[in-house]
Amino acid sequence: MNTSLILLILAIIGVAGYVAGARYALALVGGISSKLHSRPGYYGSFVAVWAILPAVVILFVWLVASPMYISSSVRGAFPEEVKTQSQAEQGLSYGMITSIARGMNALTGDEIARIENNPVELRAALGAKGVALAGDPQPFMVKAAAKLNRMTFVSRILMTIVVLGASIGGGLFAYRQIAPRFRARNRVEKVVLGSLVVASSIAILTTVGIVASMLTEAAHFFTAIPAWEFFFGTVWDPRFAAAGSGGSEGQFGLIPLLLGTLYIGFVAMLFAVPIGLFSAIYMSEYASPKVRAVAKPLLEVLAGIPTIVYGFFALTTVGPFLRDISSQLNGLVTGDYANFIQAQSVLTAGFVMGIMLIPYVSSLSDDIITAVPRALRDGSLGLGATRSETIKKVVLPAALPGIVGALLMTASRAVGETMIVVLAAGVAARLQINPFEPMTTVTVKIVNQLTGDLEFTSPQTLVAFALGITLFAITLCLNIYALYIVRKYREQYE
Amino acid sequence: MTDVVSPAAGIPKAKSVRRDIGIKGRYAAERRFRAYGIAALSFGIIFLMLLLWSVVSKGYTAFQQTMITMPVEFSQQIIDPQNERATNPQKLMTANYPVVARNALAKLLNVSVDDRVAARAVSQMLSDGVRVQLRDLVVANPAIIGTTQTVRLLASGDIDSAYKGQIDLNVSQENRKINDQQLGWMTQLSDSGALAKHFNSGIFVNGASSRPEAAGVGVALIGSFYMMLIVLVLALPIGVAASIYLEEFAPKNKFTDLIEVNINNLAAVPSIVYGLLGLAVFVNFMGLPRSASFVGGLVLTLMTLPTIIIATRAALKAVPPSIRAAALGLGASKMQTIFHHVLPLAMPGILTGTIIGLAHALGETAPLLLIGMVAFVANYPTTPLDPSTALPVQIYMWANEAERAFVERTSGAIIILLLFLILMNVGAILLRRRFERRW
Repeated sequence: MNTSLILLILAIIGVAGYVAGARYALALVGGISSKLHSRPGYYGSFVAVWAILPAVVILFVWLVASPMYISSSVRGAFPEEVKTQSQAEQGLSYGMITSIARGMNALTGDEIARIENNPVELRAALGAKGVALAGDPQPFMVKAAAKLNRMTFVSRILMTIVVLGASIGGGLFAYRQIAPRFRARNRVEKVVLGSLVVASSIAILTTVGIVASMLTEAAHFFTAIPAWEFFFGTVWDPRFAAAGSGGSEGQFGLIPLLLGTLYIGFVAMLFAVPIGLFSAIYMSEYASPKVRAVAKPLLEVLAGIPTIVYGFFALTTVGPFLRDISSQLNGLVTGDYANFIQAQSVLTAGFVMGIMLIPYVSSLSDDIITAVPRALRDGSLGLGATRSETIKKVVLPAALPGIVGALLMTASRAVGETMIVVLAAGVAARLQINPFEPMTTVTVKIVNQLTGDLEFTSPQTLVAFALGITLFAITLCLNIYALYIVRKYREQYE
Repeated sequence: MTDVVSPAAGIPKAKSVRRDIGIKGRYAAERRFRAYGIAALSFGIIFLMLLLWSVVSKGYTAFQQTMITMPVEFSQQIIDPQNERATNPQKLMTANYPVVARNALAKLLNVSVDDRVAARAVSQMLSDGVRVQLRDLVVANPAIIGTTQTVRLLASGDIDSAYKGQIDLNVSQENRKINDQQLGWMTQLSDSGALAKHFNSGIFVNGASSRPEAAGVGVALIGSFYMMLIVLVLALPIGVAASIYLEEFAPKNKFTDLIEVNINNLAAVPSIVYGLLGLAVFVNFMGLPRSASFVGGLVLTLMTLPTIIIATRAALKAVPPSIRAAALGLGASKMQTIFHHVLPLAMPGILTGTIIGLAHALGETAPLLLIGMVAFVANYPTTPLDPSTALPVQIYMWANEAERAFVERTSGAIIILLLFLILMNVGAILLRRRFERRW
């Protein structure tokens, strides 16, 4: 039986258990449900939980464990000369065995009997069934494949029996516990509470997963390339390794990427901060409710547009526009119509990213500015200050820590932004300060190193994880610091 | 009260009594400050308009496609010269359909197919997609071999661009993709009504193609749909369960503090990091297939969870304590109070947050690039484990294509994506309006 069928049967058993449990509980008290400790549904749920939960746990443990056990036992039965080969070659042989096993399932009994005597025919026979083999199979492989199939088959049968047995057994066990004074609700609620705890720990698991996966892969990278060469290297030249060539030496300097990231982020903030801040001030201090009701959602639409759309906008509209206008300007001034702004440049990426960040700056600062107590404004206005003076001298200083926090959060978004820079910033990792030239960022290089065919052993691939952990660390620090500032500031007025 | 007449005569008049406190300058500064605000706000909104206009003006033409309607002779000579289709079904799959189409067009244009240069120019006017078009017709109904049928065939991408006026025809013909002869044919065909623009259903149903005129977002739509389904099925229950625990049950201790800080941070982790996580854990460690929408769905689930948790907690917080007190007072258990009373009241807020989270996930590209969704997938995925792409990834791939016709396709795909996002967000707003309660 396959897994989905088992799950379906489990669900049916669960529903049946629910109905049976609820009916049984009600029958015990002659249909007067007030004599029960819990409402009948809880008795039903209790039975259903016992029928499903242990069985599902067993099922998943089995699904994970049995392939491992089978694989190790099939590998254990390899001939001695194969066992002395390297791990990679054994892995290849095992991969072939699984293909053969898959193919043999499609063959009839006669064909298998013929092939077991004559393994050379196997490749052709399997090819006819649509299973392509990478090489000619060796005799031991056919035996191993037969063993694999046998063990898988036995494992499946056993699993079905054990899981369904656990389900029925659990259901019966729960059913027999039902009594009028049985505290079914409390039991069921405990299970529910447990699942709530499990759900909320997924957040922790995600973080652990991020950190652990990136640290292990990055550690592999740092065994090939020394950490200081990565963190302090000024040349980025990873030299794409062809699969299997063992990886030619490349240079993996983080500095050009990091500077590119910070530079583009800085240009973006240069556009986003004044515009966002002034928009927020205008909306919270000047705008009539009507204007605010229209303008605020419009600005937030900017935050809802996917970044790939901004990237495309930069690539097809902003970049060519800047390039053409620079060549026109150059022509007017010097007579030489050569463009001095590249279509893909720090300016293009930074500008478009700045537009993307406007709503973040404005909505975060808007919240913070509105949170400044009315009394502060009234006091200042009452002393004869104009509105702008009140804002500049009273409101903004009071809101400053919060605004700084908001800007830090925005900066972390700028650092982690990917699609805009992939399309608009260029791929050349260069150390330079001209904003009209292309530069590249950490995120661009992560995408570059990991798209296309890749093998998980070369430093060319693994470097992406080292870049990723760097990125994660930077944004984490920015965010924690920002949260810290914002929380500290909030306490002042509460 | 100030009408006391001044006794002394030498005192200056009231007008000049006023000290100069720079009120004019201050008012000017006030006006300037206000103008900055207006300028900033309008700058933002103008760029929003500019962005939308740039996409729409480039993309609306993608929903129309130039096609040539003409009689096509399904010649036995070309398709199946040895009459072996009964014995060899492969024959109909591999027959030389482009020649069938070329001959038909050449006949329409009165061009001899023996003139190789002209014949090539004629065949360049038709899309490579005609091979599939004609093949599907013949395979569906082999009886049409030997007959002449009127068929509507795709024009090539260059003809399409030229007919839509996207190619600058003032450039000399060596420097553009379509020469004067073809241009003349194009005008001739369009005058006779054979060549015309039709609604382009292909962009919605076709899969990836290297020919812009035959490329569509069908596969990407299916992939995105699977992913949204997975995100909804996984992220909504998990997110709601986590929020209920954190908001209603969790004791205030170090552990729950940690979870809290954690969730806030996860919401701000760059999306590409989730892609790395998916690649390392789901693809590399667990051995799930690359390019599968299942893996994409899992990655997007993890990415969306913090958004949903934050929204759900806000919604739960907004339910007034009196509801809880009343339920508890009537003898409900804490769990009953929450599931029977608090959660239903918080549901509109939760759903709004979920839809917004989903909309965000729908537009996300970077993590999907890393788990290999950038594959060239021409066939529909039947299960979430089959290779697939997603709508934003399709946009990314088309954005990297050089041909002019792909710019139009990309913009068209962006319009489709934005329409979905607008639909979701409007749904969220309506939901909020309809069910929002003021306590």
